[in-house]
Amino acid sequence: MGILDHHKKIETHATLLLVLSFLVVTIGGIVQIVPLFYLENTIEEVEGMRPYSPLEIAGREIYLREGCYNCHSQMIRPMRDEVERYGHYSLAAESMYDHPFQWGSKRTGPDLARVGGRYSDDWHVQHMVSPQSVVPESIMPAYGYMLDRRLTQADAEHVRDIMGVYRTLGHPYTDEMMEMAVSDFFAQADEFADPVDARYPGAQQRFFDGQEDVVTEMDAIIAYMQMLGTLVDFDTFVPDPSR
Amino acid sequence: MVDPENKTPDNKVKPPTRQYPDPKQKIEQEVKTTGHSWDGIEEYDNPMPRWWVWIFIITIVWSVGYWIAYPAWPGIQSATSGLLGYSSRGEVADEIAEFEARNEPFFIALAEADLDEIREDDELHRFAVNAGSSVFSAQCSQCHGAGGGGVQASGFPNLLNDDWLWGGTMEDIHQTIRYGIRNEDYPDARWSEMPAFGQDGLLDDDEIDQVVNFVLSLSDSDHDADLAAAGAEHYEMNCASCHGDGGEGDYFIGAPALNNQIWLYGGSPEAIRHSIYYSRFGVMPGFAGRLRDAEIRAVAAYVHQLGGGQ
Repeated sequence: MGILDHHKKIETHATLLLVLSFLVVTIGGIVQIVPLFYLENTIEEVEGMRPYSPLEIAGREIYLREGCYNCHSQMIRPMRDEVERYGHYSLAAESMYDHPFQWGSKRTGPDLARVGGRYSDDWHVQHMVSPQSVVPESIMPAYGYMLDRRLTQADAEHVRDIMGVYRTLGHPYTDEMMEMAVSDFFAQADEFADPVDARYPGAQQRFFDGQEDVVTEMDAIIAYMQMLGTLVDFDTFVPDPSR
Repeated sequence: MVDPENKTPDNKVKPPTRQYPDPKQKIEQEVKTTGHSWDGIEEYDNPMPRWWVWIFIITIVWSVGYWIAYPAWPGIQSATSGLLGYSSRGEVADEIAEFEARNEPFFIALAEADLDEIREDDELHRFAVNAGSSVFSAQCSQCHGAGGGGVQASGFPNLLNDDWLWGGTMEDIHQTIRYGIRNEDYPDARWSEMPAFGQDGLLDDDEIDQVVNFVLSLSDSDHDADLAAAGAEHYEMNCASCHGDGGEGDYFIGAPALNNQIWLYGGSPEAIRHSIYYSRFGVMPGFAGRLRDAEIRAVAAYVHQLGGGQ
């Protein structure tokens, strides 16, 4: 009876109960969560991942602002039907530069983890302006106003500040990238400007929204869409079955 | 048996209201309390229902088996992998492999067949069209429409008619799907670029107006005959080398036919004027990196039989 008598003490002292409950929950949490940070087979290194370019960050910010994640996931689960439809299942490393990650929790629209390169820029513009004109059964709202919203010097500087924050989180932005951030921001939406892919390998550079004289939110969101899921070369990727 | 205490002195049974024992008495007799008492409220110390206790014990025993069979405990380098060797990645790979194995004979036959022979083998053609149809709905329908009808006047071609841009033979369709049109991902992508006659100052506004009317006349659409007559010369100088003297188009360079009522970007004078002034630059992604060749052949067979195959 000894130990049960002691238990009576816990049950009758609210503060002690609170402290000890917290302790138990903490141990449970640590046992479940901490191994994920050090076990080698949960951290899969893949080739090709790079931090987002400035224009892609702007597109990603628009994606967050408009709440795209409410209807679109960015997470292809390891199931046959998803792999057949969307492509190779997502890897943890593909979200390594996402703060916060955009896996989402429900799909009203399709998954976007590998939408990059799947449609032409024209299609994206048309689809943003009037989703139903290309996909009649779609219930997506229209985002045509992005064509009219110009991105300014202030927007570019804001993105540079975001890059500074990312840098403190450990994203490998170099000093050169930080210095060039504002000019890269505008250059990526101009196919005749100096290429940005020296700093951001695989970055696509063109007039994403078809308007040559201005950089708009449409440029940014399409630049972001067109790079999603394109960085990892799956020809060279060998899945480790224990992962 | 009737409790003698429940009887009245004249040996009659008490009325029902008095038949029940005092609750307090019963507690003392059968169920102990925990001894806790708050504001006079006491707590019974009933045993747990037996079924509940057994399920509790079974779940504990089950969990031990689960730890052994499935990945569970974290170690220093990796977690225990479990005797069954389960992994969700392995599972999806196995499932895909199973379906691939079932379809493999068809896919091999598809990959090896001469493109035009696919149609001659009934069974293979049926497989190709069905497989192609499901790939089409996942990969192509967003632009070309669920049934292949395209999007009118938006630059997304209708695949149901026989008005082709880059040719409608199995070979042509296969090539187009594989490498796409005007993309930078594939050096073999179909490529041509119409000059922006207005923007680049090759024709002035009046001349463009005349060409618009001449182009309309090629398909017997409503047009101004005088302007069209004036436009004939500009057409011959600037357009005929690609679009043909009579507007018959040219598959080799993807120049659309202008002598019919099928318009990729709309057939209104305004739309045609826009096309001539700014030019158009329709892009299609290539699928060589996304689909294997047998799948591309299947889609080609599907598109070919939609109505316009040559």
